[in-house]
Amino acid sequence: MGSVLMKNRIVQLFESKKEGILSIFYTAGFPTVDDTVPIAVALAKAGVDMIEIGIPFSDPIADGPIIQQSNKQAIEGGMRVAVLLEQVAHVRKQTSIPIVLMGYLNPVLQYGMERFCQQASRAGVDGVILPDMPMAEYLQRYRELFRANGLLNAFLISPTTSELRIRAIDSVTEGFIYAVSASSTTGTRHQFEAEQIAYFERLRALGLSNPYLIGFGISNAQTLATACRYAAGAIVGSSFIQHLAAQGVDSAAIQQFVHDLRQPAP
Amino acid sequence: MNKPRYEVDTQGYYGQFGGAYIPEMLYPNIEALRERYLAITSEPSFQQEFQALLRDYVGRPTPLYWAKRLSEKHGARIYLKREDLCHTGAHKINNTIGQILLAQRLGKQKIIAETGAGQHGVATATVCALMGMECMVYMGKLDMERQRPNVERMRILGTQVVPATSGNMTLKDATNEAMRHWINHPTDTHYIIGSVVGPHPYPDMVARFQAVISEEMKRQLIEKEGNPFPDYVFACVGGGSNAAGAFYHFLADEHVQLVGVEAGGRGIDSGESAATTALGKPGVLHGSRTLLMQTDDGQVVEPHSISAGLDYPGIGPMHAHLFDIGRVTFVNVTDDEAMKAGVALSRTEGIIPAIETAHAMAALDQFEFDKDDVVVINLSGRGDKDLETYIKWGQY
Repeated sequence: MGSVLMKNRIVQLFESKKEGILSIFYTAGFPTVDDTVPIAVALAKAGVDMIEIGIPFSDPIADGPIIQQSNKQAIEGGMRVAVLLEQVAHVRKQTSIPIVLMGYLNPVLQYGMERFCQQASRAGVDGVILPDMPMAEYLQRYRELFRANGLLNAFLISPTTSELRIRAIDSVTEGFIYAVSASSTTGTRHQFEAEQIAYFERLRALGLSNPYLIGFGISNAQTLATACRYAAGAIVGSSFIQHLAAQGVDSAAIQQFVHDLRQPAP
Repeated sequence: MNKPRYEVDTQGYYGQFGGAYIPEMLYPNIEALRERYLAITSEPSFQQEFQALLRDYVGRPTPLYWAKRLSEKHGARIYLKREDLCHTGAHKINNTIGQILLAQRLGKQKIIAETGAGQHGVATATVCALMGMECMVYMGKLDMERQRPNVERMRILGTQVVPATSGNMTLKDATNEAMRHWINHPTDTHYIIGSVVGPHPYPDMVARFQAVISEEMKRQLIEKEGNPFPDYVFACVGGGSNAAGAFYHFLADEHVQLVGVEAGGRGIDSGESAATTALGKPGVLHGSRTLLMQTDDGQVVEPHSISAGLDYPGIGPMHAHLFDIGRVTFVNVTDDEAMKAGVALSRTEGIIPAIETAHAMAALDQFEFDKDDVVVINLSGRGDKDLETYIKWGQY
């Protein structure tokens, strides 16, 4: 790992914290275009370990209705990559929380991958997740660019990913792996099924060299606690977006949301 | 000098277009297809079953009809490849027969599909009924309204038609919903994509199943003209499956002029168009890198066409490549021109074409032919499903 990545905030997070990591996902520009920064600041203040900010896209095929709706509203409200990068720079002035940008490949391609990486790095972004970017394309075309800009790329794995492929992904990961809890689009669920638990156990038994976070379907204290038993931590997305849709961006309400999530399971 | 490549390469690309841009949840399905589609479809037992169904069930070969009055009108020797005479009324069934046989061999129990005009949905519902498989078709809510007879045909065939209510509620949105369904049901379900779009190997697989169109054209042209090569082949292009089939066996014969006709909608400068080669630039949608109508921010632009089957903001990556290297000439015609051409064909030859197909007919006016030119138009579908649109348009 190059020296630039040693200073990466995500790397530092996973070095200092081995369990119970909570990452929160939300869509940039939702509910309104100006909300990206205050939400990030409130999440940092609430003690969240990492934030993932979604770059909205018109055709989010891996997302369920909640995140689809937030994407639509964000685009209509004027969110775009250039605006988001400026907002991240503002967030970065106020907090040192690790920041990941997550989105579909096309908006980033149109912005220009090189320009995106350079400006994201300058704004204070630590990692990028582009679920529809093929691994081969990343390795051949973008890995050096990411490294040169001190950005980590996280790959997804799902219950249908073969062990061979999980190991291949582990071998090219610098940071963490995003383990999707079920073969599904994003959304909320109240509890995990037995087959998901079996998958988490299988994953834990692989002894991967990188930490992994479990995401998709983590929506309450119970699912979060379960995920954290099997992984370095978990990612909450749709249920936080539901919270924002219902309660707005009030900092105290966001802190309460995070507090409730971290309650020990009954 | 290297000869230009027309077929897909081993990585799934046509030049700079193609590939498989999919979230990890779909990777195992796409990988299994990629590894097995060529082996399975070249097995003798597959070919035997496929050919028998095309012959006895679909009604192939479809006629290549010399359109005498249309020829006189345009001053050329015009032939119509009668895909409209296929069972279910369009070329779409060539592909659904192929894919359902493939799905069976992959051990899948359920089928999903997207549909625009409903022709692919009906063709999928039909083969699912034939094989006794459970079928679910996603269709944009707007398309369900403007292609109501096809919705009911699917229901009669025992298929569940699910309205897609996101976006413009047309083909793009139906495709999004079908992909989401597949992500949620990856192991027991096969997704029958209806056009030469989607992640590799879909574009190549669908093109191969549709290639029977140009294979027959060549044979029939030898019979009728003593020469397998026409001067022109015309086909309409939404995603581009009928065009892929009509062009396929002529791609290497560079003296054959291939013309793809896109939906200009209300005109390419009107902001309400689906003419992707005129308005698009390279981007990634529905699993492949292709030409795409999009904003500077990379948000996909909602297309417009009077024809539900052409109302799509992209084209298949193969067509993007053929456009890029200049092998296929792309033109576009407006809603109005297409409707007029549909009525004109009805009155000249007694054939009411699908509005998609009417676009290909309308493009004839943009060309000046020599009287000996042999021109083949792929008559991809019949107009029964479009009666309401014809009635609403009213100028006949």
